[in-house]
Amino acid sequence: MEQMLQNIDPMIPLRMKVSRIFWETEDVFTIELEPEDEALSKFKFKPGQFNMLYAFGIGEAAISICTDSSKIGAFSHTIHRVGYVTRSISNMKNGDLVGIRGPFGSWWPVEKTEGKDICIVAGGIGLAPLRPAIYHIFKNRKKYGRITILYGARTPGDLLYRDELAQWNKKHDVRVEITVDRADSSWKGYVGVVTTIIDYAQLNPANTIAMVCGPELMMKFSIDELMMIGFPESSIYLSMERNMKCAVGFCGHCQFGPYFICKDGPVFRFDYIKKIFDIEEY
Amino acid sequence: MEDLTKILRSHPFLSDLDDIYIKQIAGCASNVVFRENEFIFREGEEAKRFYLLRTGKVALEINGREKGRIRVLTIGPGQILGWSWIVLPYRWHFDAEVLEDVRAIALDGECLRKKFDADPKLGYEMLVRFSQIVEQRLNVARIQLIDMYKRG
Repeated sequence: MEQMLQNIDPMIPLRMKVSRIFWETEDVFTIELEPEDEALSKFKFKPGQFNMLYAFGIGEAAISICTDSSKIGAFSHTIHRVGYVTRSISNMKNGDLVGIRGPFGSWWPVEKTEGKDICIVAGGIGLAPLRPAIYHIFKNRKKYGRITILYGARTPGDLLYRDELAQWNKKHDVRVEITVDRADSSWKGYVGVVTTIIDYAQLNPANTIAMVCGPELMMKFSIDELMMIGFPESSIYLSMERNMKCAVGFCGHCQFGPYFICKDGPVFRFDYIKKIFDIEEY
Repeated sequence: MEDLTKILRSHPFLSDLDDIYIKQIAGCASNVVFRENEFIFREGEEAKRFYLLRTGKVALEINGREKGRIRVLTIGPGQILGWSWIVLPYRWHFDAEVLEDVRAIALDGECLRKKFDADPKLGYEMLVRFSQIVEQRLNVARIQLIDMYKRG
């Protein structure tokens, strides 16, 4: 686990100030945060790690960090408004304070996989935890081979970071394919579940590392498809995001077979967890 | 003029078919081009051909009545458009609208069915391939029904 800020108690939240909050889709928003407590001005993280966000007086939620990991201090979270805590955060205004504990967890293997082709497979809000890895790859583009980003969502209205998606193709010599499960005739992109564009992407399983994130069912189908086209299990990484409470492996809420998702994950290499992947969250 | 047997051989759908069968199929094949916004076929029309897409993109759509036109799937290069030519009553179930200019090989259904009658082994080889396509499309449709992005 990446060492947190030095000498900071991982159970005590530090304060960040909301600098901007805006809606990506009908029920997904991005919150941009700046340090309020001096210690957070040195905050840094690895792509794929998460914070515990604390709505003071309400509660905490584990949310992946979704910004450029090379920047220190300010960062953002893209959040699905789905429960009491996330709803509370969604109602915040500029200048409001949020508690932060973190960063926690394992990260995408962006350094170990230099020299390889990379395939990012994202579904719905799963693009958010992958975005820091994408930024890292863009910043170090020459260190990687072919880059393919495959992104699926339910409808065009559920796509995240639309302006950025349109630029990635052009600016960074990457192939970006987007598909939605359903659309009307105004949508000119692909229609079909994300597994349909995995096959279409003509990947080289012998030299490609896949990084997968999204709803577990989407990850399951995507991993099945990757293996069907020849990906070894050891070349597939995924981010498991289940119910986390303490984030430091004490409470056991995120126990996942022999692992704790908060500290052994959330990013796992698939061969390590394939036998327990179908365990349902309690 | 492009050699149709070479083009057929290069398409993923037929890449592992024996040469003797490729040559038979080539007799039912022709190069076709469709432009953006053109309809390759419409729901209810007779399914006379199927298409091996080489370039471009096609949307399969249904008329959703008060819901408007609903796009259910897109087909791209290296994929197959249409299998209703092999299943009675040989009628299309969707509209196929061109989203990006398409170059394809069209294969005449009646011509192929006659060849299958004459050479059942050829028919079997093609049916095995189409069964895989149908299975893939059925799986995709099932996954779409599951709505895997819905939480809870």
